[in-house]
Amino acid sequence: MTPAIRRFGDYLTRHVDGILLGMVLLLMSVGLVVLFSASNASLARVTTQFMNVLVALGVMWVFANIPPQHLRRLALPLYLFGVLLLVGVDRFGEIAHGARRWLDIGITRIQPSELMKIAVPLALAWYFDRYETGLRLGNYMVAVVMLVLPVALIVRQPDLGTALLISASGFFVLFLAGLSWRIIAGAGILAVAALPFVWSVLHDYQRQRLLTLLDPSQDPLGAGYHTIQSTIAVGSGGLLGKGWLNGTQTHLDFIPERTTDFIFAVYSEEFGLFGNLVLLLLFLFLISRGMVITANAPTLFARLLAGAITLTFFTYAFVNMGMVSGILPVVGVPLPLISYGGTSLVSICLGIGILMSIATHKKLVQT
Amino acid sequence: MPELSINPGIELRNAQLELHHFRVRLAIAFALVLVVFSLLATRFFYLQVVRHEQLHTLAEANRISIVPVVPNRGIIVDRNGVVLAHNYSAYTLEIQPGRVENLERTIDELAAVVEIGLRDRRRFKRLLEENKGIGSLPIRTRLTDEEIARFAANRYRFPGVEINARLFRQYPQGELFSHVVGHIGRINQRELDQLDADGLLPNYRGTDYMGKTGLEQSYERFLHGTTGVEEVEVDSGGRAVRTLSRTPPVSGNNLVLKLDARLQEVAYHAFGDYRGALVAIEPATGGVLAFVSKPGFDPNLFVDGIDPQNWSELNTSSERPLLNRALSGTYPPGSTFKPFMALAALTSGKRTPQQVISDPGFFNFGGHVFRDDKVGGHGVVDMYRSIVVSCDTYYYVLANDLGIDGISRFMGMLGLGSRTGIDMTGEVTGVLPSQEWKRQRFKRPEQQKWYAGETISVGIGQGYNAYTPLQLAGAIATVANNGVMFRPHIVNYVEDIRTRERSAVEPNPLRTLDLKPEHVAVIKQALIGVNKEGTGARAFTGAGYVSAGKTGTAQVVALKQGEKYVENRVQERYRDHALFIAYAPADDPKIALAVVVENSGFGARYAAPIARQVFDYYLLGKAPEPAKRDKGEDDDSRD
Repeated sequence: MTPAIRRFGDYLTRHVDGILLGMVLLLMSVGLVVLFSASNASLARVTTQFMNVLVALGVMWVFANIPPQHLRRLALPLYLFGVLLLVGVDRFGEIAHGARRWLDIGITRIQPSELMKIAVPLALAWYFDRYETGLRLGNYMVAVVMLVLPVALIVRQPDLGTALLISASGFFVLFLAGLSWRIIAGAGILAVAALPFVWSVLHDYQRQRLLTLLDPSQDPLGAGYHTIQSTIAVGSGGLLGKGWLNGTQTHLDFIPERTTDFIFAVYSEEFGLFGNLVLLLLFLFLISRGMVITANAPTLFARLLAGAITLTFFTYAFVNMGMVSGILPVVGVPLPLISYGGTSLVSICLGIGILMSIATHKKLVQT
Repeated sequence: MPELSINPGIELRNAQLELHHFRVRLAIAFALVLVVFSLLATRFFYLQVVRHEQLHTLAEANRISIVPVVPNRGIIVDRNGVVLAHNYSAYTLEIQPGRVENLERTIDELAAVVEIGLRDRRRFKRLLEENKGIGSLPIRTRLTDEEIARFAANRYRFPGVEINARLFRQYPQGELFSHVVGHIGRINQRELDQLDADGLLPNYRGTDYMGKTGLEQSYERFLHGTTGVEEVEVDSGGRAVRTLSRTPPVSGNNLVLKLDARLQEVAYHAFGDYRGALVAIEPATGGVLAFVSKPGFDPNLFVDGIDPQNWSELNTSSERPLLNRALSGTYPPGSTFKPFMALAALTSGKRTPQQVISDPGFFNFGGHVFRDDKVGGHGVVDMYRSIVVSCDTYYYVLANDLGIDGISRFMGMLGLGSRTGIDMTGEVTGVLPSQEWKRQRFKRPEQQKWYAGETISVGIGQGYNAYTPLQLAGAIATVANNGVMFRPHIVNYVEDIRTRERSAVEPNPLRTLDLKPEHVAVIKQALIGVNKEGTGARAFTGAGYVSAGKTGTAQVVALKQGEKYVENRVQERYRDHALFIAYAPADDPKIALAVVVENSGFGARYAAPIARQVFDYYLLGKAPEPAKRDKGEDDDSRD
């Protein structure tokens, strides 16, 4: 190998975390294999997703090469810009499927709530890092406001699923930043007490989803249909599954959204409990690696950001699998790295790129 | 856990402490991850191991759809194999109302692709109301190839609309057999409940039609067949992907009738423009040879759901085409009652054949004068003559002697006033008057009392008497058969379409009347006399066989005392009904019949010629000449 090539290779891999990349590639491969079955052996669909994979890996590499301190500088402007867009959505947004989520910016339509998924933990990590030396209760209050403002705007759209996920990512930052247990407990009690009120402001379809979760058979052809059919798919898979391309629920079209949000039902039906446990382990490895990176991150900003990204990744995986197996309500959350769709793949890989950046820039910062 | 407190003096240690706190929090978070993933693993175990069996079954149930395969309905043919009801395959355009959001608009849009008339729309609306929107309802039947192609090209625009190949019932003989064969129609809720109660519902899965009237109804369980089953793998849209197993249906049995289609045709057309009924029976078996109720209707209108316009026309028509006159129309028998009265008199011993009366032209009963039709009377009349010239006075006196209950008992034995038990539903009893009958019929005590005067009119077949043409035919067939009475039946045998096995509807002798042969012989002789030298003679001139008969004329409105019935002056609706009962050949009866011609006039002139045409065809194979009825000079005697 000539020195030039070696240098180029070194340049390519310098900020790539091998374990994370391995896990990501494994999960993506599983995703492509399942997608082939879920799309009824559509090579076109798999090819499109393969392109998405390449783009996402590119984005991951790019973000892995951006030093955390650059991100730190970007945090506040990005957050403010996002909030501005959310206000814009609230004022002038386009209504689709009964919700105001999109903003038409002339060239294309954008969904600012997607941006906030990364902007909120970034901003909160930046805030705690900035006041690292003298964190008081007041700081936590400010952080809570920074979290609640975009979440409230997203709830108004309404997009409960995204709002909850952003709340979760924000909460992870607060939690890791050392939010007092008393406050956590108090907030928990308050949340339970506020449930009746929350119920009263929920939209009918949101209530329906929650009710359906409690008893899917109430509405087997309507709101409960997704849950019933995906639960049947998972259960009928049994120990070893029906085999790749052999899922009847999948191939006879009983599973709705089977390439995107419900792809896990396809996987479960065809690969059974064995496959599910393998997948859980893959996710667990990836999360564990994220935790290790978090624990060893050099700055509070990096720690909080890495922890939030890792735990958000975990939340996505849990919420999606919980929804498909019928223990969580149906919210539009894709299974990270598996579900079909470019947006979710790119945003997940962006997060993992940041993790890699934090993992590999630590020595540079310390020295 | 306390909040992070900051002491600038020991920054490094604080940083260490802070990192420690952070790592504790992170460890807690990781523990949470492990707990949640364990929870998921437990859930997977629960679904995929504990509940696997059950959910697997559900997945199979999703996948496999049990599709009923409707059997072919049996066909109906006459004794010579002439087809009266059969099936043909045609394409229908059907809408599943449950899957269509805006029916009205969908139909409008469909009308641009396939011709949909106003009648189709009305019929569809009717079906929709009847079925409450369940299942698949036809909007158009009998699509042309071109229409099928056009719809196929536009199919994507019409979810919930599909083309199906269906078997349709067809009645090639049209109105000729509408009251015998009957028709099928869509199963309604009441019938569905009945099927359910009888435990027959599973066999009717997928079947939309069943017999509604006539033989189609009474032989429904033979005609329908056994529904087959197909196990089909379906997708979530219910579309069949492949067939997994199949139990073929068993076609319904065919009906072969005793009826002769050509004879039926001759009889039907013999009525000309008149309404009425004719029932012809083979005396030795009770087999029904012809069964006419005129007017009929086109039963094909009912097959795929009748449209409201046709329905209301049939329902409101003053001709009452939906009434099965032979089975459920009741008529006073008029003078056709007399031979039965005479037989009652002989059997009871109240008269001998030789006993005579002198007929002055009337009978005075308690100050009330009962007139004979012939002014001045028939002179000296014995039993034979009383029947041949149809002497009323003879029977006024006789009725008084027999008494109403005596008459009632004997006529009841002959089957008058009770259902014959023919293999068709909808038969009525008619009215056989008696003291008991009147007591039950009326409410007020003064109405319940039987007056002796009422017996006198009953004697000549008027008064409360009201019988179906079927009962009259049965009674004359019983006399022709020397008192052995058979249950009339239209179906000769039921044929299993696969095994060709025939199960005959056996001639079923109901009872043998306790009649003396010499008494029957007297009556038979007189009935022959009617057609030879009496009221039926004109109609049977030069017949080429010896026949026996009795004319009758039934009053539709009662005449005032002293009023004379003049046919031309009476409104059509109030004209008398013409009746005729007969059998032939006289020495070995092959066919016995009863004819009623509504609102026509004298039985001799309007009913007897119809019997002549039927006999001519049945006995001699002689097709009738074009209708020719002499209306000129006439024998003045009504009966």
